[in-house]
Amino acid sequence: MSTQSLATGPRRFPLVPTAALLFGALYCLLPVAWVLVASTKSGSELFSTFTFLPGSGFTDNVADLTAYRDGVYWKWMANSAFYAGVGALLSTAVSAVSGYALAVYRFRGRETVFNILLAGVLMPPVILAVPQYLLLAKADMTDSYLSVLLPVILSPYGVYLARIYASAAVPADVIEAGRMDGGGEWRIFRTIALPMMVPGLVTVFLFQFVAVWNNFLLPYIMLGDDEKFPVTLGLYTLLQQGSNTPALYTLVITGALLAIIPLIALFLVIQRFWSLDLLSGAVKS
Amino acid sequence: MTRAPRRRPYGVKSAPYAFLVPATVLFLLFFALPIGYALYLSFRRTEVKGLGLGKGARDEIWAGLANYTDALSDSELLHGALRILGYGAIVVPVMLGLALLFALLLDTEQVRLRGFTRLAIFLPYAIPGVIAALMWGFLYLPDVSPFLYLADRVGLPQPDLLDGGPLYLSLANIAVWGGTGFNMIVIYTSLRAIPVEIFEAARLDGCSQLQIALRIKIPMVAPSLILTFFFSIIATLQVFSEPTTLKPLTNSLSTTWSPLMKVYQDAFVNNDIYAAAAQAVIIALATLALSFGFLKAANSRTKQGDSR
Repeated sequence: MSTQSLATGPRRFPLVPTAALLFGALYCLLPVAWVLVASTKSGSELFSTFTFLPGSGFTDNVADLTAYRDGVYWKWMANSAFYAGVGALLSTAVSAVSGYALAVYRFRGRETVFNILLAGVLMPPVILAVPQYLLLAKADMTDSYLSVLLPVILSPYGVYLARIYASAAVPADVIEAGRMDGGGEWRIFRTIALPMMVPGLVTVFLFQFVAVWNNFLLPYIMLGDDEKFPVTLGLYTLLQQGSNTPALYTLVITGALLAIIPLIALFLVIQRFWSLDLLSGAVKS
Repeated sequence: MTRAPRRRPYGVKSAPYAFLVPATVLFLLFFALPIGYALYLSFRRTEVKGLGLGKGARDEIWAGLANYTDALSDSELLHGALRILGYGAIVVPVMLGLALLFALLLDTEQVRLRGFTRLAIFLPYAIPGVIAALMWGFLYLPDVSPFLYLADRVGLPQPDLLDGGPLYLSLANIAVWGGTGFNMIVIYTSLRAIPVEIFEAARLDGCSQLQIALRIKIPMVAPSLILTFFFSIIATLQVFSEPTTLKPLTNSLSTTWSPLMKVYQDAFVNNDIYAAAAQAVIIALATLALSFGFLKAANSRTKQGDSR
């Protein structure tokens, strides 16, 4: 379908490629548009009116959701923000020091360390999550904020990206100059190298933020107390109860919408700051 | 005048090791130790003495390979694996095919609405799998689905999207929807990295845009295609949250639909952590074997292509 106009040459306005892209965009926006509409419907409207017809109950739905179990929904949102924000921040810090060390220094065991870390990327989360739970249970640490936070701090992918970025963005002679001025290694890293690595670290932060926010398996395994749930797990339990009481469906839908709004907003604001070149650079090497 | 010191200042040698301390500690605690523990558990089992009541009535003993032979002869795990292979056979080619198509279209000259469409297609990346499954789940649900409503209006049959064959397509659709944009961006950025002169030379030789896409662009982004394939295989075999989320909406999804769900079920519902550990190890090995097998096959093909 796209072939014809691709072949007609660069002069004419490529209608079919544009149409195909628009179609893809519509496909990707469809479910989001649907929750947007569905969240305006009251419980009875949800099942009785055509799906893309807006209803009249959005504020009621939000009020109901807020009232549900004394506002546990907003607690979930706050938990998600905490897990993703703190987790991504710590993860970026660890990635920065490790990536810098692996990029800048020549030392024994450098490649071994790097390869072992990379193997971590390939480890399926299941082989990690179940024993992580059992080990944390021995330390009496499951069902706590830390049990969801600690396992996500080391991100092999983050270290990998930070290393690639550091070796591209921090010139060796700048570090050498810092040493001549008598700076200690830590000081050179903090005052000279770290500022140069900021654009790459923003990317690492965002990747980790999205990864932790979207994580389901780990909190699902670790947590029992729903006061500590992130919003993904909270909505899941709500949906599970909803299968017996369809009245909860409107709450689930409204909750889903409110949960993706901050992520979409974050995404729109920051997508210009992503060094996506880093991604392809990472892929190519 | 001070000369630059010949001897490197004290600390340069030990600095990288110090910098790597946090990563090493975390790696040992949250990667190496759990993997080792899973391996250890997979060779253990409990032995029940007498009635199995009271303290000390249950002992942990060595099980040899028993957990592995049990897992490999477990028909539910095997069926789960087959379901996942069927599911993956839809997801991976469709998702990466679309990602490549959209990336090439974005890279077509004078295409309109580039910024908007790129962003819109990338957007699902920001949406958690659970919420994606939840949104699509409602779109599949007969009572609220706009598709089934329209099909009804036009007089088409209304398939049950949450049962039988359509269920695979419905689940695959969620993964395709969620993953296409990210892979598109990876491929698109590597397309952008190709030097423009190559295209100009090709155009002077009379290549159409389609020919340029097929003969130059696709071969040049082959490495990133291989990598996206590699990671897609790993992610697909690990599918857990989407079927788990859809489960409350349909009776056709069992609690052991995917191998990962079976591990969860055995570990936390049946409380057989030993069987779960053995299954997790098998899944991990199978995933690594499949993905590295693919990587090896892809590499040897590229090498053949190079030597031609």
